[in-house]
Amino acid sequence: MTLNPAVESNPSPVPAGSDVIVQVNDLAVRFDALQGKVPAVNGVSFDVKAGKTLGIVGESGCGKSVTAQSILRLLPSPPAKLIGGEILFRRRTGETVDLAKLHPKSVEMRSIRGNEIAMIFQEPMTSLTPAYTVGDHITEAIRLHQGVEKREARKRAIDILDRVGMPQPARTIDSYPHQLSGGMLQRAMIAIALSCRPILLIADEPTTALDVTTGAQILDLMESLQKELSMSIIHISHNLGIIAEVADEVAVMYLGKIVEQATVDELFNNPKHPYTQGLLRSLPQVGEKRRLEPIRGVVPEPNAIPPGCAFGPRCPKFMPGKCDAAIPPLIQVGQQHSTRCFLYEEQAGPMER
Amino acid sequence: MIDFIVHRFVHALFLLLLISVVVFVVIDLPPGDYLTSRAAELERQGSQNAELQLRGLRERYGLDRPLYVRYWLWVSNFVQGDFGESFEYQRPVKDLIGDSLLLTVVMSVLTLIMSWAIAIPIGVYSATHKYSLLDQLFTGISFFGLAIPGFLLALILMVISVYVFGVPIGGLFSAGMDKQPWGIPKVLDLLKHIWIPVLLVGLSGTAELIRIMRGNLLDILNQQYVQSAHARGLSAQVVTWKHGVRMAINPLISLIGLQLPSILSGSIIISIVLSLPTTGPLLYRALRVQDMYFAGSFLMLLSMMLLIGNFLADVALAWVDPRITYR
Amino acid sequence: MSAAMGNPNDSSEYPVPTNAPDGQDWVSLSQGQLIWRRFKRSRIALVGGVVLLAFYLSAIFADFLAPYEISTRFTNQIYAPPTPPRFLDSESIFHSQPFIYKMKQTINRATLEIAYAPDFSKRYPLRFFVKGDPYKLLGIISSDIHLFGTGEKDVPVFVLGSDRQGRDMLTRVLVGSQVSLTLGLIGVAIGLILGSLLGVVSGYFGGPVDDLVQRFAELLLVIPQIPLWMALAAILPVTWSSLQVYFGITIILSLLTWGSLARQIRGKTLAMREEGYVLAAHAAGASHWWIITRHLLPNNASHIIVVATLAIPYMILGETALSFLGLGIRAPMTSWGVLLEEAQNVQTLIFHPWLVIPAILVILTVLGFNFVGDGLRDAVDPYSR
Repeated sequence: MTLNPAVESNPSPVPAGSDVIVQVNDLAVRFDALQGKVPAVNGVSFDVKAGKTLGIVGESGCGKSVTAQSILRLLPSPPAKLIGGEILFRRRTGETVDLAKLHPKSVEMRSIRGNEIAMIFQEPMTSLTPAYTVGDHITEAIRLHQGVEKREARKRAIDILDRVGMPQPARTIDSYPHQLSGGMLQRAMIAIALSCRPILLIADEPTTALDVTTGAQILDLMESLQKELSMSIIHISHNLGIIAEVADEVAVMYLGKIVEQATVDELFNNPKHPYTQGLLRSLPQVGEKRRLEPIRGVVPEPNAIPPGCAFGPRCPKFMPGKCDAAIPPLIQVGQQHSTRCFLYEEQAGPMER
Repeated sequence: MIDFIVHRFVHALFLLLLISVVVFVVIDLPPGDYLTSRAAELERQGSQNAELQLRGLRERYGLDRPLYVRYWLWVSNFVQGDFGESFEYQRPVKDLIGDSLLLTVVMSVLTLIMSWAIAIPIGVYSATHKYSLLDQLFTGISFFGLAIPGFLLALILMVISVYVFGVPIGGLFSAGMDKQPWGIPKVLDLLKHIWIPVLLVGLSGTAELIRIMRGNLLDILNQQYVQSAHARGLSAQVVTWKHGVRMAINPLISLIGLQLPSILSGSIIISIVLSLPTTGPLLYRALRVQDMYFAGSFLMLLSMMLLIGNFLADVALAWVDPRITYR
Repeated sequence: MSAAMGNPNDSSEYPVPTNAPDGQDWVSLSQGQLIWRRFKRSRIALVGGVVLLAFYLSAIFADFLAPYEISTRFTNQIYAPPTPPRFLDSESIFHSQPFIYKMKQTINRATLEIAYAPDFSKRYPLRFFVKGDPYKLLGIISSDIHLFGTGEKDVPVFVLGSDRQGRDMLTRVLVGSQVSLTLGLIGVAIGLILGSLLGVVSGYFGGPVDDLVQRFAELLLVIPQIPLWMALAAILPVTWSSLQVYFGITIILSLLTWGSLARQIRGKTLAMREEGYVLAAHAAGASHWWIITRHLLPNNASHIIVVATLAIPYMILGETALSFLGLGIRAPMTSWGVLLEEAQNVQTLIFHPWLVIPAILVILTVLGFNFVGDGLRDAVDPYSR
């Protein structure tokens, strides 16, 4: 992952010929609730390279799903409001568009959704319309984006069901969602998502609702399909184990901000941010007998985000007068490694802000 | 699917049985009804002829027999198409019913169709344009529709029509047409007149349907599958109609079963106000003079109509919702 | 790595920050406060509530607010039109105290039509707290003070006109509201007790209990209601007193509405039965009764209140319909429906349009309940916006 220096002041199109597919710069999303206004995502920047997987990890409520849904402009508005930043996406044609500037209902946005960027959701059981068969869903997408006629679409649908490992695809295609198990449904969802050969797949906790073995099968399937179609994936999960397995690069989010970004090996071997360190220490490891250390305290309410570093009050290395005075900048701590923590201030100049 | 339909059919028969008990209790309960007073009167007369009639009555209705025998006599006669006799008119109920039941059915079905035809598009518009000016207007209108009893509106309409046309509206046929045999001209004449009562009867049901459709669709539009339909790049129209409305309508179909009774109730009371030749005024008259067997037969026939309507709604539901047979 | 290890406070003592965005303070609200806040947002629900409150208050003090007693007749004032209090006299001179003119009756000898014309010769000022017909407020407090009146026996004030027996419509409407407004409340209360108990029990136990209750509830739903109401109302004995009839009608109406309440509550209970806290209560050894009364009923409460609020207008309309057909409330009691029975005849209505006033009150009441119920429904739903 390349970290983009000083992007916010100077929005630049994704450089032609580079292998960056999506570049998100300083994204900010707010929810207007009855009790007050909640900043769900606050200045998030990252990019996704062609054929690679970016893992976004964090506790629930940290803004990872909101980030993902903002890319597809799927957030219902109201209450959600995209209040700043850009989402630069390089289309198949090679041209770059800022998705943040498109109208969510525009023809252009719709021609990207499901076609160039596809998404699968956490709950496969509720992601298909109960009144329609699996085949109806797939052919609907194929016919919409590829303009083929009914019979051809059905042929392609059976083909793609076969490729996602659906048993008896010619029969399953006429199954209704309630007739299939969770794992099968997630395969069907993947089939729908991949039916138009997207450039980017956003997977929002795709295995969370499944049992572990089924989840592992789905992850394997996604990996092999990624190679086959050479697409990029944004994989969102609260599960560090899964992220370690599937991601090339990782972004750790805490309360609407990315607190650490690195390649997967770097992050797991050399975590810098106390939050990341805490997450890793609370993770059991096979073959190692030690006490798990939970992170102290709880995630604060979105209304009571502490001043300065949001993690401050829970941080074992909290520096009074410093951490609660200003928001720490993103600091480069390695070649492809940056973190938002004052502990590393002397090591490198701030990259941002 | 077949299983489901058979199940629902048996269910409907069972309900019919329960209804017949309730109706019989209603018939049998009043102490001063026509039958008892007629029997008492015959007894008082004491003549040969009266004695004979009295014996006939006793045999026919099991007057001196226990309750369950009376019930059995009534039900078995009913099933055989013998609906008993109106004491007020001294004629078999069957002859008195005539076209009135058919007209009631026609009016109810037309009302149902009209309320759906109006309510669904408005409900969809309101849900997809929540809090817009038109949504608020429709919401306001539907609140009034719920609040104004149809019979009052009928009354007010009659007053207005007297002011405007000089004659009160009312009737289902042009003068002289009601005695004609059925044919194309009579049907056309009926259609020309029936829309006013249909609108009046359907008012509150339509208003309610708008509210329900709006609420259902709003719920559905929050479902995950709607979001994933959006994520596939479908246009808002396709998502709303194909994935939203289609799912929001399913529960409404099962609602038909509940809508029919209130439509029927409405048609009866409005028929009384507008004196239409449906079952309403006949039933009303029968009840006022406590001609209970006549009234009871009406109640049974109306309930049967409803059960048939209910059953058809169930079949329709099984047909549109693939999940239903698995429940 | 920096060695500056700030020793943070105990996690329970966070610095209490309030940097809520846009300067809007975040507030923590209890469930009740949240409901009230959301309810308040719906202006129309508030208006409905205020109207209902006014109606119920005037029903309570009806005898005092009404200028006469309901059976007081002014035989020479049959079908007198409404005479609103005047401030300007026939010479356009302003008077600070409202007054009326006596209405003189003239009968057209050819058509026998009755007409009224004000007699401008004398002003009759309206006085407040005048002595009049004796009454017992709420059946307890004896009094003969009325809010207003002319204080003269032969000069009646008919703000809303008079009926075919020369009785004051305002008085009859006010006293009639006692029946119309309470009948819905009592009926729904009975229906509610039956419906919520049977609904919860049926949803909670399931199996044969559920089947039995549901079949009965269903039965009440598929029978056409108005005809059955009519039939049941028709068989109330003629010998019953009007109070007995009142309760009879109330019970008939509520017997036939508990079904829908029971069904809705059952649905909710069925869903709740599987919820973690019910299973947890089971695991903790709680009895059925405990779980039903301590968990299911309270959790259903907001839903029950909404359903009940929306059922009241339905009952009011039912009573109005029955009385309108002459099958409901009987004299000497009166209700809005009974008053409307007199308006049944189109000819009467054309010549005496003020007889339709009770209908407007019925509509306002039903609207009020619907608005409040709808506002409540949105307010108790934690997911509504």
